[in-house]
Amino acid sequence: MSVVAAETAEVVLSSGWFLENAFIIPIIPAVAFALIIFFGKRMPMKGSEFGIASMVGALVMSVGAGYQWIQRVNGAPEEAYIEPIIRTWTWWQNGGIPLGIGQHIDGLSIVILIVVAFISTLVQIYSTEYLHGDRRYTHFFASLTLFSAGMLNMVVAENMIQLILGWELMGLCSFMLIGHWWEDGANSRAALKAFFTTRTGDIGLLVGTSVLYFAANDWTQKTLGVSGFSIRGLSAWALSGEPSSTAITVGAVALFIAAIGKSGQFPLHTWLPDAMAGPTPVSSLLHSSTMVVAGVFLVARIFPVFYEGMNIYGSNVNFIIVIGAITIVIAAALAFVQTDIKKVLAYSTVSQLGYMMMGLGAGAWLPAVFHIFTHAFFKACLFLAAGSISHSASHHSFDMKKDMGGLRKFMPITFGTWIVSTLALAGVFPFSGFFSKDEIIDNVGYAGYTIFMWVGLLGAFMTAAYMTRATYLTFFGAPRGAAAGEHHDEHDAHGHDAHDDHDAHATHDAHAAHDAHGHDAHASHGPRESGPLITIPLIILATLAMGSGLLNAVPFGSEWENFKKWIEPRGQVVSVTGIDHSAGSHGESRVIQPEARVTAGYESDCGKKTPTDGVCYAPQLKHAKFKWSKAALSLAIVAAGIIISWFVSVQLYTRRNKVLVGLTQRNKLLGAGYAFLVNKYYLDVLYEKIIVRSIAYPISRGAYWINQNILDGIVNGAGTGSKTIAGWVYRNIDQRVVDGAVNKSGDAAQGAGSIVRPVQSGKVNQYGALLFGAAAIGALVLVIINT
Amino acid sequence: MEVLSDNNWVLTVGTFLPLVGVLIMLFIPKADEALAKAVAIITAAATLAVGIFTLVKFDYDKADQMQFVAEAEWISVIKSSYFIGLDGISLPLYFLSMVITLLVMIYSWNHVPSPGNAKAFFALMLILQTGMAGTFIARDLVLFFVFFELVLLPMYFMIGVWGGENRQYASLKFFLYTMFGSALMLVAFLALFFQTGAESFSIPYLIEEGINIPKNTQIWIFAGMFIGFAVKVPMFPFHTWLPDAHTQAPTQGSVILAAILLKLGTYGFVRIAIPILPEAAKEWAPWIGLLAVIGIIYGALGCLAQTDMKRLIAFSSVAHMGYVMLGISTLTEFGMNAAMFGMVAHGLITGMLFFIAGSVKERYHTLEIKRLSGLLVQVPKLGWILGFSAMASLGLPGLAGFWGEFPAILSAYQPAEGLPVGVFRTYMVIAAIGTVFAAAYLLWLYQRTAFGEPTAEFSSGHGHDHGHGHGDDDAHSDIHDVNKFEWIAWTPLLIAIVVFGVYPQLMFKVLDPAVGVTLKAFGG
Amino acid sequence: MFVNQFLMLAAILFCIGVYGVIVRKNAVLVLMSIELILNSVNINLIAFSLRNGSADGHTFALYVIAVAAAEVGVGLAMVLLMYRNRRSVGLDELSGMKG
Repeated sequence: MSVVAAETAEVVLSSGWFLENAFIIPIIPAVAFALIIFFGKRMPMKGSEFGIASMVGALVMSVGAGYQWIQRVNGAPEEAYIEPIIRTWTWWQNGGIPLGIGQHIDGLSIVILIVVAFISTLVQIYSTEYLHGDRRYTHFFASLTLFSAGMLNMVVAENMIQLILGWELMGLCSFMLIGHWWEDGANSRAALKAFFTTRTGDIGLLVGTSVLYFAANDWTQKTLGVSGFSIRGLSAWALSGEPSSTAITVGAVALFIAAIGKSGQFPLHTWLPDAMAGPTPVSSLLHSSTMVVAGVFLVARIFPVFYEGMNIYGSNVNFIIVIGAITIVIAAALAFVQTDIKKVLAYSTVSQLGYMMMGLGAGAWLPAVFHIFTHAFFKACLFLAAGSISHSASHHSFDMKKDMGGLRKFMPITFGTWIVSTLALAGVFPFSGFFSKDEIIDNVGYAGYTIFMWVGLLGAFMTAAYMTRATYLTFFGAPRGAAAGEHHDEHDAHGHDAHDDHDAHATHDAHAAHDAHGHDAHASHGPRESGPLITIPLIILATLAMGSGLLNAVPFGSEWENFKKWIEPRGQVVSVTGIDHSAGSHGESRVIQPEARVTAGYESDCGKKTPTDGVCYAPQLKHAKFKWSKAALSLAIVAAGIIISWFVSVQLYTRRNKVLVGLTQRNKLLGAGYAFLVNKYYLDVLYEKIIVRSIAYPISRGAYWINQNILDGIVNGAGTGSKTIAGWVYRNIDQRVVDGAVNKSGDAAQGAGSIVRPVQSGKVNQYGALLFGAAAIGALVLVIINT
Repeated sequence: MEVLSDNNWVLTVGTFLPLVGVLIMLFIPKADEALAKAVAIITAAATLAVGIFTLVKFDYDKADQMQFVAEAEWISVIKSSYFIGLDGISLPLYFLSMVITLLVMIYSWNHVPSPGNAKAFFALMLILQTGMAGTFIARDLVLFFVFFELVLLPMYFMIGVWGGENRQYASLKFFLYTMFGSALMLVAFLALFFQTGAESFSIPYLIEEGINIPKNTQIWIFAGMFIGFAVKVPMFPFHTWLPDAHTQAPTQGSVILAAILLKLGTYGFVRIAIPILPEAAKEWAPWIGLLAVIGIIYGALGCLAQTDMKRLIAFSSVAHMGYVMLGISTLTEFGMNAAMFGMVAHGLITGMLFFIAGSVKERYHTLEIKRLSGLLVQVPKLGWILGFSAMASLGLPGLAGFWGEFPAILSAYQPAEGLPVGVFRTYMVIAAIGTVFAAAYLLWLYQRTAFGEPTAEFSSGHGHDHGHGHGDDDAHSDIHDVNKFEWIAWTPLLIAIVVFGVYPQLMFKVLDPAVGVTLKAFGG
Repeated sequence: MFVNQFLMLAAILFCIGVYGVIVRKNAVLVLMSIELILNSVNINLIAFSLRNGSADGHTFALYVIAVAAAEVGVGLAMVLLMYRNRRSVGLDELSGMKG
C-alpha cells in the first residue's frame, strides 16, 4: 500500500455546506409529511403548501449541493479520484459494532436528487389544479410528499439498510397513491398488486443484502472501517478481488431480482400498467423519476457488485442485459395494443427501463444514468400531458380510441409539449432521448454485446412506431366521444379505473367531487386547453426534454461531455490511507494520489485486475467513440418507425382500409398474437389466477384445515382421549379397585367401631375415668419396663 | 455478583405494587365501579412511575450486567432464594409490561366487557401485571416458575369469564395446554437442579455449572424446557391454543396475551434454556429454526384462510413469533438482538392490532371480514390506524416491526459456529418469502375491510358523509370514530412504533451488550 | 432431702382430684378437681426443681398456673352457658357426645 512519494500529487477537494448537509434533503419532505398529516386540513391550501414548500426546499438544497459538487469536480485534476461526501451516525448496533445511517453523496446521488426534487415540485404544483376539490386532497399531498421523501432518502443512503428504508417507504406510498380512490375495488386491487409484486421482488433485496453483508463485512471492517452494509464498502469490496464468486454472484442476482420487481422488468412488470389506477400526477411521478427508477438506481449505486457478480465485459451475456433486452421488446409490443393512453405510456416506461438495465448490464453506466435523467423529463411531460387531456378535453377518459382524436386544435400547448416529448422518447436528433438512448445502444454494441445492440435498435423502431400511433390517435384524425363533446351518462368514464368490468353503479362518491368539478368547468365547452398550473409545468418539462441532452452531447465533442465529467465515478486505485477527511472545515478532503494517475487520459486497471496498492470504488468503464454512421443508422430506423406507423395509423384508424381493419379477426395467427398481447402474455393470469389464487384459497385453506383438524384435532383428541381414559379409569379402577379397597376398609372400620361404640357414652366422667385409667396403665407399663 | 446500585428496592416495589393495589381494591364495594377502576389505574400508574424511575436509574453503560440486584433467603429447604435483577434483555420487556397494563386499563375505563364486574376485571389485570413483571426480573428458577404460573390464572379467568361465546373451551384449552408445558418445564428445572449438584436454583450459578452436564442429559433437559417455552411462544405445532384463546378473550386479554404473555416463552429461551444448556441449544437450534420457519409460512397461510379479523391477527402472531424464534435459533448476536427487538415490536404492533379489532367489534358487533368494508369511510381515523398498524406489522422499514424481522432474516445467513449453514440459509430464503405472505394477508385484510364502500347492513346512519343517509340514524349509533380513551391508550403505542422504527438504536443499545453476555458460551 | 413429703402431698392431691373428676356430677366441682390435679403437678415440678437446683421447674409451674387460669376461665364460661341453656350443671344430662 505504498505510494511513491516523489510523484504524488495532493488533491484538495472542495466541499460546502450543501454537500455536507445533503442528508437534510429527505428530512425536509418527511417533516412536511408530518405537518400535512397533523395540520394540513386546517391550512388555507389544505396542506399542499407544505408539500410544495418542502419540495422547493429540497430542490434548492439539491441544486446547491449540485453546484458545490461541480465546484469540487472542476477543482480537481482530470482523472483524480473524487471522494464522495460520506457522513454517518449510529442507527443501530450489533455485537457492539455501530451500524450507521447517513449520507453518501456523489455524482449519481446529486443528479438523481435534483431530478427527483425537480419533478416532484412540478408534479405537486400540477396536482393542486388536477386534484382540485378532491375528497382526500390533503392525504394525497401527504402521500406524495412522503413518497418523495422515500426516494430522496434512498438516493442519499449511505448503506443498504437505509436504502431499503427509502425503497419500502416508496412501496408504501405507491400503495396509498395508486389506491387513492379506494372506494372502487379495482383501484384498491391495483394498489395491492403493486405493493405485492414489488414486495415479491424485495425477497431478493433482503436476501441479497444479507449475503453481501456477511461476505463483505470482515473485509470492509478491516480495510475501510465500515460495515458490510456500506455502499462504499461494498463497492470497494466487490473490486478488491476478495469476494468469492459464488457469494457475489448470488448477492448480485438477488439484488437484481429486487430491481426487477421495483423497476417493472420482465417478468414482474405486470403491476406497472395497473398502477395507472392512481391519479395521473402519481403516474407521472412514479414513472419518471421515482419508484420505477429505484431499481435502476440500485444497480447503478452499487454497480461494482453487479459488475463483478454478473461478470460484465467478461462474458457475452449476463442476467441484467438479458432481462433488460426482453423487457424492451415485450413491453414495446404490448404498447401497440393499448387503447388507454396512460397504459401506452406505462409500457413505454417499462421498455425504457429495459434500456437502462440493458445499458447497465453492458457496462454502459454513464449512458444508462443519463437516460434516467433525460427520461425523467420527457416521460413526466408525457404523463402530465395525458393528464391534461383527460382533465380538460376527454372528460376524464384515457381511452384514445373512444374519447380522443383531433385534439391538436383544441390543446395547442399540450400538443406541442407532447410532440417534443414524443420525439425525445423516440430518440430523434437533437432531442434529449437521442443523446442518451443512442449512447446506450452504441455502447452495448461497443462492449461486444452485438445481439443486444440489434435488440436495442429494434426497440427504438418499436418505440417510434407505438408513440406515433398514440400521437395519431390522440391528436389527429377526427374527434371522437368526449373529445367531440359527447357525454357519458351511461358508462363509467373514469380513465383511472384500470378495470374492464364496468359495474353499473360505478359513480363513486370519491370521484363525485372530482367529477362535479369537471362537469362545472367544461361540460358545456367541449375540449379546451388546460389552465396555467397545468401548462406551465408541461412547458418547463418539454423544454428540458428538448435541451437536457446537451449536457452530455457526445456527438459534439468531448468538451460537451459534462455529465460524464461530473457524474461518472472515476475508476481509480485509491490508497486507503491516502485520504485525509479531517483536513479543512467543510468536509474538504485531501486525496494523495500518484501524479501520473490524475492527469488526463490515464486509465486504471480497476475492474480488470485486483488493485494492489489501494482499493477501487468503481471499475474503469469503456466508452464508445461516437460515429455519425452508427447514429445515422439508428436515426433511419426511428424515421422508418415513425413513417410506417403513421401510414398504418392513417389507413387503419381514419381511412378504415379494408386490408388492415379486422386483420386480426381474419388471420388466425395474427389473431392469436393479438390475443396474446392483449392478455399481456397471460402473465397476469399466471400470477393472479394461478399462483395467488392457489395460495390464497386452496393452499391456505388446506393449511388451515390441517390446523383445525389435525393439529387441533390432536390437542382436542388428547383432551377427549384423556377424558375417556379418565372415565374408564374412574369406572373400573377407581370405582371398583381403589374405591373397593376403600369401601372394604371402611366397612371394616365400621364393624370395629360398632364394637367399641359403647365406650363413647357421652359422659364426661367416664371419659375422665378412661383417661386416668389409661394413664395409670401407661404409668404401670413404664414402671415395669424401667425396672 | 456485584450490586451495581443501591436502588435495589425498585424492582421489588415495581413488581409487587400491583398486588398492594389489589389489596386496597378488596375493600372497595363491588358497586362502586368508578372507584375500583380509579384505584386500579392509579396503582398501574404508580407502578409505571416506578418503572420510569428504574429506566432513569438504569446504568446504560453497563447494560450487560445485572442491576438493582436483590437477594434474600426464601425457601432455604430447596435452596431457592428471592433473587432478582434487571439487565438489558429484561429491561425493555419489564417496562413494556407496565406500559401495556396501564394502557389496557385506560382503554378498559369504558370498555369493560360483559358480564361487567369491573372490580374483579381490574384486579385480575393487576395480578397479571405482577406475574409478568416478576417473570422478567426473576434470577432464580423457582421464582421464575412461580411468576410464570402466576400469570396463568388471571388469564384463565379473563378468558373464561369475560370471553366470547366459546370461552369455556378456549380458556380451558389455554390453561391445560400451558399447564402441560409448565409441568415438563418444571421437571426440566428439577433435573437441572439435581444435575448441577442440588446446590442452587440461581440462574447465574446454573449458567456456570450447566456446561458440565453431559451432553445427552442436556439435550433431554432442553427438551423439557423447549416444550414448556414453545407452548407459550407459541411455536408450530404447539400453537393451536392461541387462535382460540385470542378469539375468545376480551380485547384487553388479547392485547396482554399478545403483547406480553407470548414473550414469556421466548424470554425463557433467551434467559434460561440457551445460556444454561449451550451444548443442547446447538443440537436443538436447527430444529427450532425449522419449526420457526414452518411457523412463519404456516401462520401466514392460516391468516389467508381466516374469515374473522381477530383470528387472523392471532394467526399472524404465530408467523411473527416465528421470526423471533428464527433469530433465537441462530444463536448469534444478530439473531438474538433481532429476536429481542422483535418481541417488543410485536408486543407494540400486535397489541395495537388487537385494540383495533376490539374497537371494531364494539362498533360493528362483528369481526367477519366479509361483513366489514369501507372502514375508511365510516370510521376514517380507526381505518388509518389499522392501516398504519398493518404496515408496521408487515415489517415496513421506518416502523418498529422491520427491526425484528429483517435482522432475523439476515442472521439466518450466518448462524453460530457449529450449526449447519446450508440449512439456515434455506431458512433465510423461506423467511424472506414469509415477508411477502405477511404483506399479502395484512394488505388483503386491509383492502377488504378498510377500502371500498360500507356493506349494506352498516351503510346507513351517521359516521360518514355520503349524503344518502336516509336510514335510521339510531340503527348504527355504535359506529363512531376513535374516542377519547382509545386515543389515550393508543397514542403511546403508535408513537413508540414510529420512534423505535426510526431510531432503533434506542433499544439495540440496551439489548446488544446483554445479548453478548447471554451468548458467551458460543464465543459471541 | 425432704422431697418425698412433697411427692406424697402431690400424690394425695392428685388422687383427690382424679376422684373428684370421675365421681362428681357437678361440672363446677369437676373443674375444681382439675385445678387440684394441676396444682399437684405444680408441686411436683417445684419439688424437683429445688432438688435439681435449676429454674426450669419454676418456669413451668408458672406456665401451668397461667394455663390453668385460662382453662378455668374458659371452663367456667362453658359451665355458665350450660346453665343458661339447660338450667342445670349436671354432667349426667350431657350426653350429646355419645357416639
